Amino acid sequence: MPLVFVSFACGLVFGIGLLISGMTDTGKVLGFLDIFGAWDATLAFVMAGAVAVTGLGFALARRRGTPVLAAESLWPTRRDVDAPLVMGATLFGIGWGLVGLCPGPALVNLAGLGLPVIVFVVAMAVGMLGYDAWSARRSPMRQIEKA
Amino acid sequence: MHHLTPLSGIVGGALIGLAASMLMLLTGRIAGISGIFGGLLQPGAGDRGWRIAFVVGLLAAPLLASLSGTPLPAPAMPASLIVIVIAGLLVGFGSRMGGGCTSGHGVCGIARLSARSIVATAIFMAAAIATVAVVRHGIGG
Repeated sequence: MPLVFVSFACGLVFGIGLLISGMTDTGKVLGFLDIFGAWDATLAFVMAGAVAVTGLGFALARRRGTPVLAAESLWPTRRDVDAPLVMGATLFGIGWGLVGLCPGPALVNLAGLGLPVIVFVVAMAVGMLGYDAWSARRSPMRQIEKA
Repeated sequence: MHHLTPLSGIVGGALIGLAASMLMLLTGRIAGISGIFGGLLQPGAGDRGWRIAFVVGLLAAPLLASLSGTPLPAPAMPASLIVIVIAGLLVGFGSRMGGGCTSGHGVCGIARLSARSIVATAIFMAAAIATVAVVRHGIGG
């Protein structure tokens, strides 16, 4: 199963990147978000490094067309800025600012088996399932499509 | 307590970018963690294998680092479990509603110059900055 092995390797490198960059350190993340305090600009460097390399890699992927191990590339197709995007990003930002954890670093930190991180990840999973259930109820058409 | 560490920031960021690039080049998938993890939770999902493998890779990173003497991560967390639960619920609900998080919108989306992702990133950054301002400094609170 080369696909599964490659996914594991990508997750591993992604996680090491999060650890080295300081993104798994909630104090450092909140220090970046705290522009009215002792501002720590490190995360701007993380973003710059990540976006630059990803931009290069994605350009290569587009030039190649089909991925090496799959039939097609699943590029996101939506272009519209709609209300759920704005509302969702706002709620996500509030949660991120309260603790300093977003999904990737939360999962990496899970390896430390600290109770507060476990509680955070369980709540995050419940929040994800909660949105999926809520949106399925709001648009019955989508529910029919899924079923 | 926390100081600017630009070099480790760029190196770590570049590794994140390398992983996102390889995932797209080899498997055709976007490295958005909320999408990968959220898809794993879907009851009828048929493509669990690669998602589980990616998440296991994330968990393996600190374990591998611990072999070279780095202690397992123990991030500072709020004392109140209620705050942690509320934050977790907001991060989970919001990332699914907004179709992405720091990785999917903030890294992959900006790298694609997607207007949706640039708007989403600007909004969640602003919301997070405002939240920290209220919590730490009582600004506007």
